Parts: sequence; structure tokens; C-alpha cells
Amino acid sequence: MDNHIIEMLNITKVFPGIVANDDVTLKLRKGEIHALLGENGAGKSTLMSVLFGLYQAEQGEIRKNGQVVQINNPNDANALGIGMVHQHFKLVEIFTVLENIILGVEPNKMGFLQKNEAREKILSLSEKYGLKVNPDSLIEKISVGMQQRVEILKMLYRDNEILIFDEPTAVLTPQEIDELMDIMRGFAKEGKSILFITHKLNEIIAVADRCTVLRKGKLVGTVDIKNTTKEELSHMMVGREVDFVVNKSEVEIKENVLSVRNISVSSESHKKLAVNQVSFDVHAGEIVCIAGIDGNGQTELVYALTGLQKLENGQISLCGTDITKASIRNRSKAGMSHIPEDRHKHGLVLDYSLEDNIVLQRYWQPQFQKNGFIKDRAVRNYAKRLIDQYDVRSGQGPVTLVRSMSGGNQQKAIVAREIDKEHKLLVAVQPTRGLDVGAIEYIHKQLLDSRDSGKAVLLVSLELDEVMNISDRILVMYEGEIVGELNPKNTSVQELGLYMSGAKRDTSKGE
Amino acid sequence: MQRRIDKIFKSKSFSAFTSALLAIFLGLIIGFIVMLIAKPEKASAAFQKILLYGFSDLGNVFYFATPIMMTGLAVGFAFKMGLFNIGASGQYTAGMFCAMYVALMFDLPDGIHWIACILAGMIGGMLWGMIPGIFKAYLNVNEVITSIMFNYIGMYLVDMLIKGNAKMFISSTSRSAYLPGSAQLPSLGVKNSSVNISIFIAIALAILLFILLNKTVFGYELKATGYNRHASKYAGMNGTRNIILTMMIAGAMAGLGGAFAILAPSTITGSSQTYEPINVIAANGFNGIAVALLGNSSPLGVIFSSVFISHIQRGGSQTSILGFKPEIIDVVISTIIYFSAFSLIMKSGIGRFFKNIHHRKPNARTVSETPVHGSTLIADEPSEAELIQEDELKEAVDIPDYIENTQDSEEEV
Repeated sequence: MDNHIIEMLNITKVFPGIVANDDVTLKLRKGEIHALLGENGAGKSTLMSVLFGLYQAEQGEIRKNGQVVQINNPNDANALGIGMVHQHFKLVEIFTVLENIILGVEPNKMGFLQKNEAREKILSLSEKYGLKVNPDSLIEKISVGMQQRVEILKMLYRDNEILIFDEPTAVLTPQEIDELMDIMRGFAKEGKSILFITHKLNEIIAVADRCTVLRKGKLVGTVDIKNTTKEELSHMMVGREVDFVVNKSEVEIKENVLSVRNISVSSESHKKLAVNQVSFDVHAGEIVCIAGIDGNGQTELVYALTGLQKLENGQISLCGTDITKASIRNRSKAGMSHIPEDRHKHGLVLDYSLEDNIVLQRYWQPQFQKNGFIKDRAVRNYAKRLIDQYDVRSGQGPVTLVRSMSGGNQQKAIVAREIDKEHKLLVAVQPTRGLDVGAIEYIHKQLLDSRDSGKAVLLVSLELDEVMNISDRILVMYEGEIVGELNPKNTSVQELGLYMSGAKRDTSKGE
Repeated sequence: MQRRIDKIFKSKSFSAFTSALLAIFLGLIIGFIVMLIAKPEKASAAFQKILLYGFSDLGNVFYFATPIMMTGLAVGFAFKMGLFNIGASGQYTAGMFCAMYVALMFDLPDGIHWIACILAGMIGGMLWGMIPGIFKAYLNVNEVITSIMFNYIGMYLVDMLIKGNAKMFISSTSRSAYLPGSAQLPSLGVKNSSVNISIFIAIALAILLFILLNKTVFGYELKATGYNRHASKYAGMNGTRNIILTMMIAGAMAGLGGAFAILAPSTITGSSQTYEPINVIAANGFNGIAVALLGNSSPLGVIFSSVFISHIQRGGSQTSILGFKPEIIDVVISTIIYFSAFSLIMKSGIGRFFKNIHHRKPNARTVSETPVHGSTLIADEPSEAELIQEDELKEAVDIPDYIENTQDSEEEV
């Protein structure tokens, strides 16, 4: 009965140490929006990579319109009309929008580029689908949302009819997400078929027709969105009930822990100040959240607080002590814990074992060293305790190479390390980035426990759900300034979005 | 037992070791082909010499291995921190000069003199390594450039100082003066060989560095910095101090190499090793890079790779009897080193080979970029080359972990 444009039948894909896809079947109907849901490591991206020709499956077959096809590389996929927007855009930063769109399929006459031809096609496509872009802007000059449009236009330019989106909303503001949803609906109406990788249930409910759920590489099932609920989907994804409502006790504000006064931080990417005259306080027993769209100075603010970058001016004190010029080690000793934004860049030494990473902030303490020699046994025992207590899963326990662990468990290791370390202030930067529902729930609980035990928590997040659910106070950052202080109880996501996009600002703040 | 064997086969050091062996093997084959082209009728006899002669002259094999073991340690140790110390030559020369200076200018009692000379050499190399370290640590000047320049500065300075010192330079022979017997290292008494106590000192130092790297807080910090500079900064490690210390230790090793070379006892009574100041950069410094590469930068690996390189150099020097030019052996050695730079590819090949043997997959097939591995659910300790694949795997299996960011935002400490 069904008109399937793509059928992936009994796909099995094995990687060393893991079966990424185990006998998975996915059928995509023509003209539908089909969501692919699963936790981290469930095998969603692998399955899509198989369809896009980045990997070859060991078993199973792919059919297009009922015909078995062999997809050995992305070029094959393109030839079959399959296009993909990767989570990390594959754009040449110093090329224009137009140049990026035609890259690889440049129209030419005897080796000379025919840009006008391309320009007309791009303009007509962007008109037709409401994807407004300026073909002559440089990629590095346009916003992330715009860059995504360029990626979408790339697929359309190649006349792809099967569009794969890998976590497309992770980088967008709420308003941009709404626009993307409209664009996707437009595609479906045009008869294009969409595969949409995500773990955000709200988006699936909002836009998808059907949803296929994977768990640990296995197919859980495919459901019609009309006949299901968010709760059912999450149950399918995680395999157990998940609390969407975070149980949070009333905030009990105690003494001032962190006080930031008029700090400015320069930017590495542009001449303007990344952080401009920012002041705020964080008290013991509360979670203060810095919200904002990525790239509005949050990263630099955290670098300044944690000592990774020098400030231009201003003052930072921790529990009454001036730490403006203190070294990173001294800040750590003074009671600052830091869950960094980029766990691979800062948080972990990937080629070290799990136990070595667990003591990364503490290896120098007398507990773990004597006369300059590391106490191997003490390190091992401590690592074992944290691994048990925080349920960090790995192949070989303390001696596992961290590089071989999954992202969620790597993050758990960092969280364990930073929370178990004696601290008064916890700076957590996007602690749940790229994690699945189960891990997010867990990390949120750890943050709340930390707060309830009288620590001050400064959370920097781009996830609006997280901002609204976890925090006791929201500070919105826009272009390096704090433009609003909101109480999550008396505000809406829409209002928050207006502050984040700079459309609204609280004039009493930020001077 | 089987598990244990599996573990050995899959361990990082095993694949490093086998890939070094494979590099040597391939290098020898190419070397043999070169010899066949040069002099087909004598090639196999000469090749035998290269392979076997060293065993009949072990004293000299160890004697010539000592200085390159030290420079190999100098390069390898710094490399563990991610520093490319090309300046081993300059540090070697500086160390040699200081040792020579103490030997010729100071009259110290027997039994103390040579020790003082060694210490002077160590300090000389240490200072010469420290300067690029300071530039790197405080001003972020690339250590490759500074240390190359310090090779020249060191060499010209030493040549000038020697030539300008009547007590150190004999103008009639245009070489440095003979060192007094008290300054020469105690010989091991092997006939026709200058092999001396320094080989034991060198091996002991290699073991010491191994312990330093693997058991101490300093080694922990050093390797962490080498693996991930950003994380070491995040963890509050003192990068400035560690860079300078590492370069000082590396320099000290190379300096000791220079001291060991000049202080070696002569087989002829009343003479000694001498130095000819003719504005040439010490080759032993660059050989140290090769030694470190072949030894996988590990102090223990360096012990073996230096002895090996010395072994084929000894054998190679004998091929001149058969009418081969000494350059041939240099070609062979260079080929081996060239192949050792391929060791990463070989490592993945070896890893794959053993995995396929031990966990043969039912329908294993060879796909060029996605090798098929065993389907055990326990994560094995992956070899380096597989790790690269595992990064790709990570991108595919879960949400990419911002690996790209790490690479994009390369900034120096």
C-alpha cells in the first residue's frame, strides 16, 4: 500500500567493539517528514551515514523505489537524489554563498565558471522555498542560521529529493527553529522526503509525520506521530520512564560566592570586546544561568572567570577573595570547579586513561602523590569509587582509554571529577551538550544536588529547556552584554527568545 | 592465557615495536636493492657485513651507540611534551665544549676530573636547551626555529672559542688538544674499542627518564601537555615552567652525549678523542632525531634503536673493504628512517592483521577506508591509527563531539 521512496532493510553495521546498527529497517515514504529518534550512541548517525554512502553496511540492503541500490560514497548518494545537512556544516568559510552551493558541481564552459546560470537557479530556489540568502555574502560573515540555509540550498541545487537533516535545530534560536520547521513542511508539500535526526521530542511532535526509534543500535519501532505522545516516544527511546518535570526544591539563597564587577574581555575573532562591562553575583544555593545564542560572549566570559583568558578590566571575587589575577590552579584551590564547554579541547586528555583523567584536577594533592611520585594505588581506588558512584561506563574500567568511551560517559567522568572535588562554585558550561535524555536527566540532577548542598552554580546553556527548568535566575547575554535578568517562573520561552535575539532589553541592566 | 596474548598483541607498545621492526626490514630490503644497483656482484657479501659485522665488534657498536642514545633521548623526551627539539646538535656541541674546557683548563685529581667534565657537559647542554625553552615558554617562539638557529650559534661559537684558545687548539694539526688521561672516561677494556663506562650511564639515564615520564607528577603533567595542551592549561598545570624544564632536561641529555663523545678514552696511549673545528654541525644531533623516531620517542625504545643504528653503521663502514662507498650505508640508514616515518600506517596494518587473525569475522571483506574489525562487545585498547578511525566512528555513532573545534582553534601555549 505504501509508496516507499527509500527502504533500508535489515541494515547491520559493525565497528570495532560495537554493533552500531543491528538489523535495522527504516522505510521512508515519499513526501513525509520522518524523524529518527534515539539516544547518543543509538546508531542514528551511523544509519544515515550508511544511507549517504559514508559507511558500507555489513549486512542488509538499500532500495530506492523498490530497486536495490549500491551506495559506496556520497557521490553515489547524490546521484540517487539523496542530500544531507551535517550537524557540523561542510562549508568553505572564505567562499561566498554561491561558490559554496556550486562547489563540486560547478557549471562551466570550457573550464570557465558560469556563475550567472548558477545565480539564477539559486535565486529561484530561495524564492520558491523562502530561504532568503544573499548569494554574494561570505560564509564567515553570515550567521549560523544562514549557513544552514546555504547547506539546504546545496541539496536543492543538486535536485535532491531525499533530504537528511542531522540535528538541524541544535544551533538555532527558537524563532529560527520555527522558520526551519515551516521550510521543512514546505519541502514535504513539494513531494520531497525528509529524514530528520533529533533527540528533541517537541520538534518531532511539531513537525514529523512518522518517527523511527533506535536504542543501542537496535530498532525499537516506527510510530505515527498522530497516535503517540511525547511520553511514549521517550519511553521507547530510553527504555524507561523519564521525568520531564525536574523536581526542584525552593531556592534558598545564602551568602555571595561569586561576584563579578564590570569585566570586559577582548575577543580573538573580532576587534570589539567579546564581553563588555558585565557585572553579576552568584550566591550559594542558587543556580544562575547565562542564556544566549552561541557566540554572544558566553565563552569568553567563562574563560575570564576560570582563568583561561585575561580580562581587559574589571574585578572577579570568589568568596570575598579577589581572584582577578589568580592562576587557574589557585582558582581551583580557592573552590572553583569548571565543567568546560568543549570536553575534548579542555576537559579531557583523550589519550590518557579514565583514572588519569579523573585525577586531572587533583593529581598534585598529597592524597595522590608523595615526593613527586604518583600514588598509583590511591589514584586507582579513587577512580574506582567515582566510576561506581557516578556510573561512568567504559570498556575496561579505570584503565580504559578515554578516547574510546562514548561522549555521554566522557561527560559523566568530567562531571564526577568536578563535583567530587571540593568546591564552592561550579561553573558548568553546556554540560549536557550532545547528550541523550538519560544522561541529561542525570547531569541535571547532579547540578541540583550541588545547589541543594549549598554550592553556587553558574550554568551557561544554549538549550532553552535547560535554562527554563534548571535555573533559579536567568541572565541573558547579547553581544557581550547582559541585557536582561529574568525569573524562569515569570517568563516564557518566547520572551527569552526576544532578549536573546536582541529585540528586547532591560535598560536597567548592563551599565 | 589467550586473553593475555591477545592483550599483548593489541597493546600500543607491541604495535609500535612491530612497526619499527617492519620499518627496519623494509629499509634493509631497499638498501639491498640500492647495493645491487651499485655493485651487483658484491651486494650480498656487503649486505651480510651490514647485518652481521656488528656482532663481531660489539665494543664499538656500543661505543658509537652512546652519543646517539643521548641525543635520541634529548629529542624523544621533548617530543613527549609535544616539543620538537631539533636543537640536539647545538646542545651536543655545547656540552662537548664545556666538557673539553674543564678537561683542558682545570687540573683536577684522577677519579674526579672526568666526573667534573661530564657534569660540565651536562650543564652546557642544559643551558643550550634552556634558551629555546625560555623563548617558547614566555614569547611563544616556535622551538623548531630557535633550536635550529641555536645549532648554528652553538657550533660557530664553540669553533671560535676553541680556535681562540691556545691551550685547547693545536694549530699544526688544526684539531683540539689531547685531553689528559684523568679527564677520559674509564674504559671497559675491550680490545680495539673505546667503549667505556658512559654506555651504562646512558642506559641508566634512559631508565631514569622512563620512570620520570611514567611514575612522577612531572611526567604526568609533561605527557598531558604533549597530548592536549589545552587540557593541561585547564587543569592549572604550569606550562611555562614545564616547557623550560623539559627543554633543560632534553638539553642536558644531548650535552651529556657530547661530553661522552669527547671524553671517550683512546685506544692509543697518550692520545685522546679530538675535535676539529671546521664549521660543521654535529651529525650525532640529527641522528638523534632518527633514533627517537625509530624508538617511538620512548626512552626504552631509544636504547634499542640507538644500538641498532650503531650496529648497521659499523657493518656499513666495513663495506668499503668490498669497494662500496660509505655513502651507501647512509642511504640504507636514511631509508630505514624514512620508513619509520611510515610507522603509523604500518601500525594500523599490523593491528588489523592481528585482529583479523584473532577475531575472524564471518563475512569479513576488505573495504578500503572502513576496515572490518572483530565484533567483540568489549572495547579493546585501540592502536593509534585505529583511534583516528574511532574518531570517525564517534562522529557516526553519537553526536559529533566537537572534534573539529579542537582542531580549528589551534593556538599556541
